[in-house]
Amino acid sequence: MKKRSGNFANLLFWAGLMLVVMQSAALAQDRFPKPDFDSQYRQPLTQTPPPASPWQEGADVVVLALALGLTSFFAIKKRSRRGIWAMALFSVIYFGFMREGCVCSVGSVQNVSAALFDAGYVIPIGVLAFFVLPLIFTLLYGRTFCAAVCPLGAIQDLVMIKPVKVPEWLQEVLGLFRYIYLGFAILFAATGTAFLVCRYDPFISIFRMSNEFGMILFSGGFLGLSILVARPYCRFLCPYSVLLGWMSALSRRHLSITPDTCHLCRLCEESCPMGAISKPTPDALPVSREQGGKRLAILLAVLPLLILAGGWGFSRLDLTFSKMHPTVNLAGQIAAEDAAGTPGLTLETRTFRSQGTPTETLFTEAEGVRRRFRSGGWLLGAFLGLIFGIKLFQLNLFRRVAEYQPDREACFSCGRCFSYCPNERVRLDQLQNRY
Amino acid sequence: MADDPKDLKRRDFLREGLRTVSALALGGIGGMLGARAGSWEMVWQLDPEKCVQCERCATYCVLTPSAVKCVHAYDVCGYCQLCGGYHRPGAKTQDTAAENQLCPTGAIKRTYVENPYYEYTIIEENCIGCAKCVQGCGSFGNGSLYLQVRHDRCLNCNECSIATVCPSGAFTRVPADRPYILKGKQGESL
Ligand code: SF4
Ligand code: SF4
Ligand code: SF4
Ligand code: SF4
Repeated sequence: MKKRSGNFANLLFWAGLMLVVMQSAALAQDRFPKPDFDSQYRQPLTQTPPPASPWQEGADVVVLALALGLTSFFAIKKRSRRGIWAMALFSVIYFGFMREGCVCSVGSVQNVSAALFDAGYVIPIGVLAFFVLPLIFTLLYGRTFCAAVCPLGAIQDLVMIKPVKVPEWLQEVLGLFRYIYLGFAILFAATGTAFLVCRYDPFISIFRMSNEFGMILFSGGFLGLSILVARPYCRFLCPYSVLLGWMSALSRRHLSITPDTCHLCRLCEESCPMGAISKPTPDALPVSREQGGKRLAILLAVLPLLILAGGWGFSRLDLTFSKMHPTVNLAGQIAAEDAAGTPGLTLETRTFRSQGTPTETLFTEAEGVRRRFRSGGWLLGAFLGLIFGIKLFQLNLFRRVAEYQPDREACFSCGRCFSYCPNERVRLDQLQNRY
Repeated sequence: MADDPKDLKRRDFLREGLRTVSALALGGIGGMLGARAGSWEMVWQLDPEKCVQCERCATYCVLTPSAVKCVHAYDVCGYCQLCGGYHRPGAKTQDTAAENQLCPTGAIKRTYVENPYYEYTIIEENCIGCAKCVQGCGSFGNGSLYLQVRHDRCLNCNECSIATVCPSGAFTRVPADRPYILKGKQGESL
């Protein structure tokens, strides 16, 4: 039944469309009818150069998978920093300069969110693969994607010349921005407002060798910063790294600093420029069990409050946020013009008024967007509240660490720490002696 | 230290469980969206019927000159001697003198066909996508000149910079195997 009425509506729609099209075509062509040429003149066709073939997209996915596999092999089996470095160079050249940095896995988070929340959004399979593949590999082998496959990470890694040590507390605090950025990136993509991550990608203008002055300044600044601060984008901004960090924390295998057992010699303690090495904990608990228990109980009580407060707070900001949406922005301008009796102040409003869409339609649409921002704000706030709560837990939870090992969530699997371990030296000597 | 092994075992167990959950979630998202994905690739294109020739296509593309160019639907063209897209309004003579041309870069070639008809061709290398000629042809002629994203140039940005500022909402993503929205007979045959 439903289908039948749908068909009928369809028919009406098409009939209407045909009428409109025929009319407008007649209007346009009436002015100067196409001449009947006497001579042998033949009308050319409009050239339609095709986009890069789907082969290219498919090839990119294959290259991505191969690069992930090879980097994982270098990080875990071969333990070769040099191999990882070579892969990073390759990725900067291929995914960065040759493919001009688009689509990247970091940005694909937005396509996936848009597709999840908006049934009308079509996500290309290639983009989906760029989102899923690195996460799968990270779940298996740790963040080998970050080590050398992500062009953004790789370019920062290559220019990391004199990294300074960022104090642990500062690193923790700055690291929280990644969650906020992720939350906003999802909210703005899901509401069809903007792709923030693409707009503020610090390296794309380098990969595209853009000649726009502002962009060069921004990118150049970021690249310069990456010389002194190890991977600033990765550690403090990258929204995708949140997901990768979770996967890596659960990973099946992960690179280890030592090829053998750790002798607690402390030689690798300061070797990680990213501050990603967990030190062995003292045997005794830092606080008594009862005290610790009490603290956890308090935190457990506070957690729901954090979630609720976050959700409430962000849902109140719907008006502010939704103004970034073009439809809401336009509706605001139209309403203001109508109130002041000055129609057509901006190109946007002039265009809208010339299109003949009723203002009510626009206002309803804008209201719909605002409502989505309100419910989205609840989710975003609750998520951020949860994250802050969990961070508090982690600060207070005592987790025994027996040896020097990479903090799986934060480690980029770059392999810089390998050479600091005396066991590694022994391993390499043995390798050499064997041949 | 006595409870260490138990501790570790519990941790491993937890990790393994969560790993399985994550793998399932990833598979779920991939499968669900993959089944709906429809096309291997989508590309940006503008709908000439919506475009209002605001000139932003010329300035907002990440490429300079823009990946948007003027194209010509020859079968819609009237082959006029005085072309609203070619000649500046009030041009003194209807010839090819530079001062009579509307296009700021001289990207339109005018060739004599037979009396009194002239063919107009876009020299794409010179076109900056400013839509001045499109406006002229649309207001005084048949509207056979119009803008299109040229896919041999477009980088297919994840978020097209022009789409974010196009006042008429002309930019949409279209399947890569039908990447143009053409006018005239060629458009109908698509
Ligand atoms: S943290 Fe983000 S930007 Fe850095 S390498 Fe990983 S995915 Fe790329
Ligand atoms: S591999 Fe070693 S040096 Fe590199 S990020 Fe991980 S812990 Fe730090
Ligand atoms: S930005 Fe939109 S309205 Fe302006 S010229 Fe381009 S397609 Fe036309
Ligand atoms: S997708 Fe990028 S390159 Fe293509 S027209 Fe838009 S801004 Fe220009």
